[in-house]
Amino acid sequence: MIGERQFNSRLIMGTGGAPSLEILRNALIASGTEMTTVAMRRVSADTHGSIFDLLKELKIDVLPNTAGCYTAGEAILTAQLAREALETSWIKLEVISNEETLLPDGLETVRAAEKLALDGFTVLAYTNDDPALGKRLQDVGCAAVMPLGAPIGSGLGIRNPHNIELMRSLLTVPMLLDAGIGTASDAALAMELGCDGVLLASAVTRAADPVGMAHAMRLAVESGLLAHNAGRIPKRWRAHASSPQSGLIGTDARESPEF
Amino acid sequence: MISIRLNGNEEQFPDDATLAEVVQHITSATQGIAVAVDEHVIRRTDWASTALHSGAQVDVLTAVQGG
Repeated sequence: MIGERQFNSRLIMGTGGAPSLEILRNALIASGTEMTTVAMRRVSADTHGSIFDLLKELKIDVLPNTAGCYTAGEAILTAQLAREALETSWIKLEVISNEETLLPDGLETVRAAEKLALDGFTVLAYTNDDPALGKRLQDVGCAAVMPLGAPIGSGLGIRNPHNIELMRSLLTVPMLLDAGIGTASDAALAMELGCDGVLLASAVTRAADPVGMAHAMRLAVESGLLAHNAGRIPKRWRAHASSPQSGLIGTDARESPEF
Repeated sequence: MISIRLNGNEEQFPDDATLAEVVQHITSATQGIAVAVDEHVIRRTDWASTALHSGAQVDVLTAVQGG
C-alpha cells in the first residue's frame, strides 16, 4: 500500500538499460510488476511513443522519475512535466549529487519533496540509507521512502543491512529498497530486513538473461517477504542439534552423550 | 521571424507562431508529451493560445526508458 494504492506485487521494476523493447516487454511480464519507472527526456525521432505504448498495452502503471536532476528546482520542473505528459501525480524523486557516484543529495531531495508533496504529488523519494534523513522525508510528506542498498547500477547489494533494518523500524510510511540490487539474494535480503518492496532495474535489464532474472527477482521478493513474516531463528555461535541426542548406537543406555 | 530555442536547437518561426505550432514542428504526438516555456509548464489546453517571444526556450519532453 503506497499512498491510496494497494499493490499485489512488491517489486517495482524499472525500464532503464534494457537491450531491446521486446526483451523489456518479456522481462516486465516475468517480474510481475504493476508499476515501472520511466525517465523524462526531450522528444526525439527515435524515442517517442515506444515505452509509453508498451506500458499501456501491458497495463502497467507508470512511475516517472526525476533521474539526472541535481537541484530541487530541476526535479520539481521534471515532476510537473511528467504529471502533464503522463497524467499521473506519482513521482519517483531522485536528486543526485554527482555524476560519478549518483548518490542522492539529501538536502535537495528534502527541499523538493516538501514542495512536491504540498503540490499534491505522491512522492516516492530515493535517498541514502540514513534513518534520520528518511524520517525527514517522511515528515515533509513523502508517501514512501526508498533508501539505496548501494550506488545505482553498481549491483553491490545491501552494504549496510543494519541501517536498512533500523530505518524501517523508525518509519511509518512504506519503505522500498531502491538501487544496488545485483542478484536475487539481495532482493530477498531487502525483504527479510523488513522492506515493504524493492525497486530495481539494472539487475534485470543488464543481466545475461533479463527475462530469467526478472522471474528470479519476483520469486526472491515473495520469498523474502514470507521469510520475514515467518520469523527467522536467532543466530548462535555454536551448533544447536536438531536430531535427538539420546538413543544413539554405541552409547551406554544409562548415559546421555556429552557435548 | 522569431528565434526559438526548441529542445536546445535554435529554430526560426513566424512572428505570430503559437506554442501549438512550435510543438507540432518537433512531434506530431499530442499525448504522452509535456511542454515547458522558459522552464514553466504550459498545459496542453493552453498551447494554441500561447504566443512566444523571440529567444523563448521551448522544451518538449516525453517518457523514455529509465530508472
